[in-house]
Amino acid sequence: MRDNRAEKKTKEQYSLNDDRRVKVLSPGALVAKRFFRNRLAVLGLVMLAAMFIFSFIGGVVSPYGQAEQFYTYEAMSKEYVAVTRNDDFRYAVADGQEFGSAAQAQFLLAQTTGQEEFTYRDVTYRVAEEGTDFYAVYTGDTLLAIAYKDIVNAPDNGVEPAFAVKYGALVAYTNGETAFTADGTDYTLDADGNILQSSEVVGYISRFVVQSQVSGTFISRDFKERLEEAINDGAAEFAYTGEDGTENNYTIVYDASKLVWSVQQETLTYVYDMYSAPSLAHPLGTDGNGMDMLTRLMYGGRVSLIIGFVVVIIETVIGVILGGVSGYFGGWIDNLIMRVVDVFYCVPSMPIIIIIGAAMDAMQMDPTLRMFYLMLILGFLGWPGVARLVRGQILSLREQEFMTATEACGIRTSRRIFRHLIPNVIPQLIVTCTMGLGSTIITEATLSFLGLGVKFPFASWGNIISDVNNSYVMTNYWFIWIPAGICLLIAVLGFNFVGDGLRDAFDPKMKR
Amino acid sequence: MKKFILKRLLLSVVILFFVTFIIYMLLRCLPSSYVETMAMQLATAPGSKPYEEWVAQLNVQYGLDLHPIPGYFVQLKNLLTGNFGDSWRFNVPVIEKFQEVIWLSFIMGAIALVFELIIAIPLGIIAATKQYSKADYIITASALVGISLPTFFFATLLKLVFSVKLGWFDVSGLVGRNHALLDATGQMLDIANHLVLPIVTLVIVSVGSLMRYTRTNMLEVLNSDYIRTARAKGLSERKVIYHHAFRNTLIPLVTIVGGSLPGLFSGALITETLFAIPGIGYTSYQSMVAGDIPFSMFYLSFLAILTLLGNLISDILYAVVDPRVRIA
Repeated sequence: MRDNRAEKKTKEQYSLNDDRRVKVLSPGALVAKRFFRNRLAVLGLVMLAAMFIFSFIGGVVSPYGQAEQFYTYEAMSKEYVAVTRNDDFRYAVADGQEFGSAAQAQFLLAQTTGQEEFTYRDVTYRVAEEGTDFYAVYTGDTLLAIAYKDIVNAPDNGVEPAFAVKYGALVAYTNGETAFTADGTDYTLDADGNILQSSEVVGYISRFVVQSQVSGTFISRDFKERLEEAINDGAAEFAYTGEDGTENNYTIVYDASKLVWSVQQETLTYVYDMYSAPSLAHPLGTDGNGMDMLTRLMYGGRVSLIIGFVVVIIETVIGVILGGVSGYFGGWIDNLIMRVVDVFYCVPSMPIIIIIGAAMDAMQMDPTLRMFYLMLILGFLGWPGVARLVRGQILSLREQEFMTATEACGIRTSRRIFRHLIPNVIPQLIVTCTMGLGSTIITEATLSFLGLGVKFPFASWGNIISDVNNSYVMTNYWFIWIPAGICLLIAVLGFNFVGDGLRDAFDPKMKR
Repeated sequence: MKKFILKRLLLSVVILFFVTFIIYMLLRCLPSSYVETMAMQLATAPGSKPYEEWVAQLNVQYGLDLHPIPGYFVQLKNLLTGNFGDSWRFNVPVIEKFQEVIWLSFIMGAIALVFELIIAIPLGIIAATKQYSKADYIITASALVGISLPTFFFATLLKLVFSVKLGWFDVSGLVGRNHALLDATGQMLDIANHLVLPIVTLVIVSVGSLMRYTRTNMLEVLNSDYIRTARAKGLSERKVIYHHAFRNTLIPLVTIVGGSLPGLFSGALITETLFAIPGIGYTSYQSMVAGDIPFSMFYLSFLAILTLLGNLISDILYAVVDPRVRIA
């Protein structure tokens, strides 16, 4: 710092041809200068820095864990009871008589055609219409059975009324009478259709069938009655205060195709907070497992970037060693290594990785182990490109004078390759590696997207996006997959911009 | 030249031998999930043999009882005699399935390549001639964006915008719901409509590298001495660029495009899978995931041959197009 200032102060005093007027830059500084002049490269560097901070520091700062699930209470409309208006004949058979389903069918036929009599198996049945939708069936003068649509129900916790009671009650109900006698007992019938023996309810008549849809729930008579009223009024909502004093609200939905009134109750259920929209607590919402999306993105970025780096390091190490040896020695070693490179070049990598991924799926491999294998495989398939590059460079470098000098100095071979040749390849190597990082991240993301790469519970940008395989998520929950795609794009673009910038910066022919 | 081609071909055969060997070993080392699933299914049939016997029988049937190394030679003999076996996944001979799906992939690839060339070459040349201008920055940046776009993300975005929101195209598949009711022209248009999004995806994702390649080569040509001479002669800039420079840029372009021609047959694995286009890519994806060894083996070997062929073609073209290059 001090030197610089001093230099500035004294600059004007130097004569024109003084060497000190010329600022001398090392080759490295020149490269840096060229690099920072490239606006795209600087943009790429900023993008990369942002992604690294987001992934590595974000995960630490985030209040949530990678696989922390969130729950919520969700009001769900559950069907409580279904009410049908009875439109079929019900049959009650007198004690000791028989009126089977075949005879019932014959009765129906007679009833619809309006006949008074029908014959079945040499028995003649007489049909007497006692009222609307209420028939009595006789053989000779014996009452055999009754067919009715207004149902005689048993009271709450009560026994089914006897045949005679049913018959008597229905006759009274049809004729609008309030009292009747059956089996020698007097019964009264009140306005609500209750059948009373002295003051005790033994049953009630109703046209509606109320079925409980929730197991273990008992539907009280009172509830049914209120519900019937509500339905008769055509109400869409219905409130009922139970015996314990709690008021519940129900919605009544009429399904015209099934002729059923479905009564639904709003109940609160404790569920995973799935696909919740962005909010203050979860800036990017939650995913299908109720995990915070932003946190998943951060951890996903970590996984994607680490995989990228590890793979590129493996590729580079193998590539540099084999390429260096091949280029330096030439001859049969070169030939051999280059044929191996050719073979690897020809092996189609994407299909191979897909096959191995599917196999690991079949073996139900542990997700952590799987991630390691993925890195190893990607690295092992990627080295031939690096090896070719290194070899090509070394072939031209080894003929240069400085190599003759190292030979004359008696430096040992490994040192000559790795200390004197390889450093000269480093610029190209850095460019290839930077670009390679981008493409590795894309490959990993593609595999994870197909479900063959990084697996749950680990997040990776690719497997976050794979939620779009569910088309409902794709169309309705943009916050699940668009941010992950953008992160992926920014990271890869960052590597490519920087790589491109470095290529230009390292190229001494570039004037800028 | 003849000698060179012959040498390369012989070398290709050797490489191919090793590549198929590696592929075969890999496929054999996999847990043979397919055979086991089949055996499991067969064993559940009433009055059937037990599972172990089925596994043994199927292994013999599919030639999996041999040790991998002799097994490889049996497989190699079959491949050489053109007997590719039956696909397990599709229950038809491999070659039949292959012929059924390959042309769709080829057509898709070819259309995409044409569009790539139409877009990439002019833009690459503009970027190079106006180096460091705004246009150059935009073109270079968008080429890099294209390279950086993950296929699956871009395809999903396209689907969301054009299929779901705008409703112009179907989300996936090759034919629409009422395809069978249409007449011949209608069916053609229906298929064309379904191919729009996949081809757009292919073009956008791969146009970038061609654009950069054009730009780099054009820059190199523009910096050469004969261009300076042409300018010094007082030729118009138009003539310099489109007559002198462009023709020389064509040399590497023709080489790389020629080399990529065999690749048209390899299909677009990811794109086809995403759009459920029944080309070679999607078909082989299905067979690979299902552990269908005959089809995967065939497809992988086919890809290896295409790669070798591509390299050979580009080397030969290089010598043919550029008279300065001499191949010993």
